[in-house]
Parts: sequence; structure tokens; C-alpha cells
Amino acid sequence: MSSMNEMVSRPEKEGRKITLVEALREALQEEMRRDERVILLGEDIGVSGGFGGAFTVTLGLAEEFGHHRVIDTPITEAGIAGVATGAALGGLRPVADVQYGDFLFLAMDQLANHAAKLRYMSGGKLRVPLVMRAPVGATTRGAQHAQSLEAFFMHVPGLKVACPSNPYDAKGLLKTAIRLDDPVIFFEHKLLYGSKGSRKEAGGIEVFGTVPQEEYLIPFGEAKVVRSGQAVTLVANLLMVHRAMQAAKNLAAAGIEAEVIDVRTLVPFDWSTLFESVSKTGKLVIVEEDNLTGGWGAEVAARTADRCIGYLQAPIRRVAAPDTPVPFAPIMENFYVPSVERIVTAVTDLM
Amino acid sequence: MNLTPEKKLAMYRSMVLCRMFEEQVNSLFLQGKLPGTIHQAQGQEASAVGVCQALEEHDMITSTHRPHEHAVARGIPVKYLMAELFAKKTGCCGGKGGSMHIGDAALGMLPAIAIVGGGIPLAAGYALSFQYLKKPNIVACFFGDGASNIGSFHEAINMAAIWDLPVVFVCENNKYGASTAIDQVMKVKRVSDRAAAYGIPGQTIDGNEVEIVYRAMREAAARAREGKGPTLLELETYRLVGHSRSDPGHYRSKEEVAEWKKRDPIARFEATYLTEGLLTDDLIRTIRLSVEQELNEAVAFAEASPAPLPEECLTDVFNE
Repeated sequence: MSSMNEMVSRPEKEGRKITLVEALREALQEEMRRDERVILLGEDIGVSGGFGGAFTVTLGLAEEFGHHRVIDTPITEAGIAGVATGAALGGLRPVADVQYGDFLFLAMDQLANHAAKLRYMSGGKLRVPLVMRAPVGATTRGAQHAQSLEAFFMHVPGLKVACPSNPYDAKGLLKTAIRLDDPVIFFEHKLLYGSKGSRKEAGGIEVFGTVPQEEYLIPFGEAKVVRSGQAVTLVANLLMVHRAMQAAKNLAAAGIEAEVIDVRTLVPFDWSTLFESVSKTGKLVIVEEDNLTGGWGAEVAARTADRCIGYLQAPIRRVAAPDTPVPFAPIMENFYVPSVERIVTAVTDLM
Repeated sequence: MNLTPEKKLAMYRSMVLCRMFEEQVNSLFLQGKLPGTIHQAQGQEASAVGVCQALEEHDMITSTHRPHEHAVARGIPVKYLMAELFAKKTGCCGGKGGSMHIGDAALGMLPAIAIVGGGIPLAAGYALSFQYLKKPNIVACFFGDGASNIGSFHEAINMAAIWDLPVVFVCENNKYGASTAIDQVMKVKRVSDRAAAYGIPGQTIDGNEVEIVYRAMREAAARAREGKGPTLLELETYRLVGHSRSDPGHYRSKEEVAEWKKRDPIARFEATYLTEGLLTDDLIRTIRLSVEQELNEAVAFAEASPAPLPEECLTDVFNE
């Protein structure tokens, strides 16, 4: 697509400090102003007097664009995903959302069997410009409002997967996702939203990001080296980027300089940035909030072992959640979600 | 609504093309020329043709794992369908779809959806795009009796109903979901009874009488085009063959099959119009010969077409 070639990833400068929620809202607003075909579909997203979706991302958009473009649906996740996919086939550019990523399992047939495969099954004749937004992450809501689901969708050929860690990336990636002619599963971490007021997330971290006034897009498939270092490569996404950065700071105090890579998109995956880093550091620690077995880190470990074996000076380590459902009690949840201390320990074990 | 003789003959020829296409495919399959499996629809021609003849050029249909007659009735050239069944590059899906995914959106049929009920939300969504873009078109969504028990049926029809989407839900009730009789898995008497749950009209009609199907579909389509929302049409029909190629159909009594053979939609049409004079034995022969020629050309086209390259399996996953 020619517009992709015009994309410029601008440096973060002279911008405003805004939250992830505000960044996502701006992305939706700008794309809806730019293209009449962009519509939103979801539960509680446009209700007058409502709260703009589970995490306020769509607050105010129905007032600007009308209820025919900010469409409140019944509680009907398979229906939302299927209707959005059908509308995409018919020439619209729907951005659908579920209130919690866990509910994507209800929509799995539509996403994995239809949205992902219709282009292929048609011999390349069809396009499915669909975005499905989904909040993920453990936030003391117990086992069914907490899962990290990136690996499920990374495994389905035909789906692209985004997982931004900050407002700047979230805005640029969401705008790109809307313009792509492929279905995108767009993961957002609940502790990064920065939601305010009654929708404020307990335990949320203050992630204000600098976002420029001017329009910008971020291409899929470009990871970001968010910290340079020579001793070890830490690769992470979503909330874990922040934990990895904190771990890197702690390690630096002990004289260990870690390189931190924010993957930004899992499909497509920026293998060259990762392999270049590992070739330099010789050590890799993968940090993800997903359950260990079959998480996206397993794929990263396997590919890195295959491609960088000659450079590796230590085993590849994975810091992930244990293979259990997400627990409720905060004391257990803190144990479950990879912590800064676990990342530091994983790194020092390799030294 | 009086149908012109030309329209009636067009429906007849289309039904014959559907039937003979299926018979030809069956024969080719038994000769080992077609890979995979096939789900055939002999006996259900009146519903496919009656619905599709009631549509306009830019309307859309969605189909199921039993899609051959829908595709033929929609008017997709049979050579592209045949080539797809032969797994050739010239097939309507370039050899990436196969029997269960034939279709061509540019010609008014989305690739068939082989997950039971899976196409119903897609049909509603496509209808949403028609409504949003203010197009005068509708979607005809085919599915079987078995699909009316799955969640996506409920979710999609509910959404179509609350938003008055321009879609007609066409349930071809052929009495069996694979080998399971519908009355064993559905407490209400009719699939159309379920329309009441969504506040939309539901109607059960003889799906083996092409003109009845056509008229009901025209009415439901007009309603959808006028912005009055969806209709649930239940067409009572019967497949005269097994569920798939491996099914001898022992779960159905000989008497039942014989009874439905008497209601064969093509034979009924011929009996009616031989008496009324629209058809003559000569005309029937002429039509069958022209259909046979069309099918022979389709098979020749498919057999002469190149296979896709093995590594072409790697393309068309993403647009970019």
C-alpha cells in the first residue's frame, strides 16, 4: 500500500503529555475524521451518559461522530467480531472492541476461522480491514478478566498483533492498524491506560507519554530499542516493558548494562532488531506476562536459538507467569505476574 | 406478481444447471478426479434458484459447506467453480478454497463459510456496510436447519433485527444436520418460529417449489431494501443424496426418501409446465443439451488449466 511508504516514525519531541487512553482516543478521532468508512463497534462505547467503553477510550466520540458511527452493540462478542468482519468485507473499516480480552474466546471462531482466513480462502481477492481492540493484563479481577492472550492470536496466520507499551506507540500503531487492509488484534494493558476518575485502575502505573501535535504513524514490524546496553538483551511487550526498564536500572546500579527491546508488534515481528541485539550482547532474557508454556516468548527463544546460536554465551531465559489461571488475591497476583526482582534475578543468574 | 415466461424458463434452466453440475461433480469425484470431499445438494435446487433469481446484480449471498448450487444459481460461471473443485489455479479461489469455500465476492457471493452458522454474522455485517454506505442492496444469507441451534445464529439475527439491516436469513431446512434429525434437536416445530424471539417476520414455505420461493424472497428482499429489516425465511426441502460423499444415508427411511423424490423441484416444474404448455419435450431436451455442453466445456477448461505452484501456498495470507 502506497500510504505505508509515506509513514514516518517521528521522534518524541515537543509534544503533550497524555495518557494511553487519550492517545488511543486521539487515534480513533483522527482516523474517523479522515475516513468516513471508519466505524466503531462495541459494548457501552457510545451510550449517552455512559462511560465510553470499559476504560473510557471512546468517551465523547459518539457526540462528535454520531451513533451510526459509534455503534453500541448488545453483549454479543461473536456477533461483534462477525459483524465487524462482514462490514470490513463490505468496504468499511471497523474498529471493534471487547471490554476484556478474555472475552475474545467468545469471538474466536469469527476471528480465527473467518477474519484471518477469508483473504486466503478467496485466493487473495478479499480484504479484511478490521481492528479488534482488547484490554489484557492481571489487575486483581481474578481469572476471567486478566489473561494475556497475545500468543493465541500470534499463532493464527492472517492476523496481525500489536501490543504497545506507551501512549506514543499506541497512537501511531492504532492509526496504522486502522489503515491496514489486514485484520489486527490490538492489545492494550489495563495498568497502562492511565484512566482517570471513577474508571481509574488501582495499581495502574503513571504512563504519561509525549505525543506530538502533528500526525504520525508507526509501521508494524519495527521493534524499538528503548535502552542500549552491552551485557544482556531484555525483550518485552506491554506492561513488561516497564518492568524490564526498571530491572535494567537496578542492574545498572550493579554494573550490568542491559539492552531493552520493546517488540511493539508481535505479528509481524522485527526479528532483525532482536537478532542484532543478541549478536551484540550474547544473552537473552524474554519477559512476558503470559503463561510460560506456549507463550510468545517460546517462539522468540526458539528462533533466537536457531539464528544466534553462535553468539549466545548463556542459555536463553524466560520470565513469564506460571502455568496457572490468574489468581485474585493481590498477594498471589503479585507473585504470579513477573516482577522487577524476577527479571533482575534471571539476568544475574546468567552473569 | 406474474412471472414472465422468460423468467420461468431462466429459473428452470438454472435449476437444471445446478442439478447437472452436482451430478457431473459426483461422477468426477467417483472417477477420482477431485481431491477432498464434497457436500452435494441434489433436490434443493428450487431454494437456491428461487432465492438467487430474486436478487439484484450487486446484492450479496453467503453460503455454507454445501455451496455448489448456491454458486451456480448465483451465476458464477461454472468453469471457475469446476476449476476450483479440480484444485486449479484458474478456480474462483485460485485453488486455495476448494469445494467448501467456492464463491467470488465480485460476482455476488462471498467465499462459502464451512463452519456451521459462521456465515450468519458475516452476512449481517455485510448488510451493515450496505446500510451505512446507503447502497440499495441486500444480503441473502443461506444456512441449514442445523445452524439455527448455534449461538452465532442468535447473535447475528438479533443484531440485524435491532438495526433493521438489509438481510434475508434463508434457512434451507432439509430435515437433517448431517445424520441428526432436526426434530430431535429443536423443541419448536419450525425454524421460522424463532423469528418471534427477534421481533422479525418468520415464514415457512415449500422450498421445493421454485416460484413460491421466488415470490417469498422478492417480498422479504423488498422489505429489507425499504429499510424495514430482516426476515427469517424457512424453506422446507430435502437433499436426495447423502450428507457428504461417504454417507449412504441409512438414518433415513426408504419411504421418506421416496416421498421426497415425488417432490423433486425439477420434476414438479416440468410436470406443471408440460401441462400448461410453457415446456415441451423438445424444449427440455434442448435446454439439457445446452447445459450439458456448458458443463463439458467447464470440465475441459478445468482439466486443461494449470495447477497452482506448491509454493503459492505461501501467498495471500496478508495484503501487505
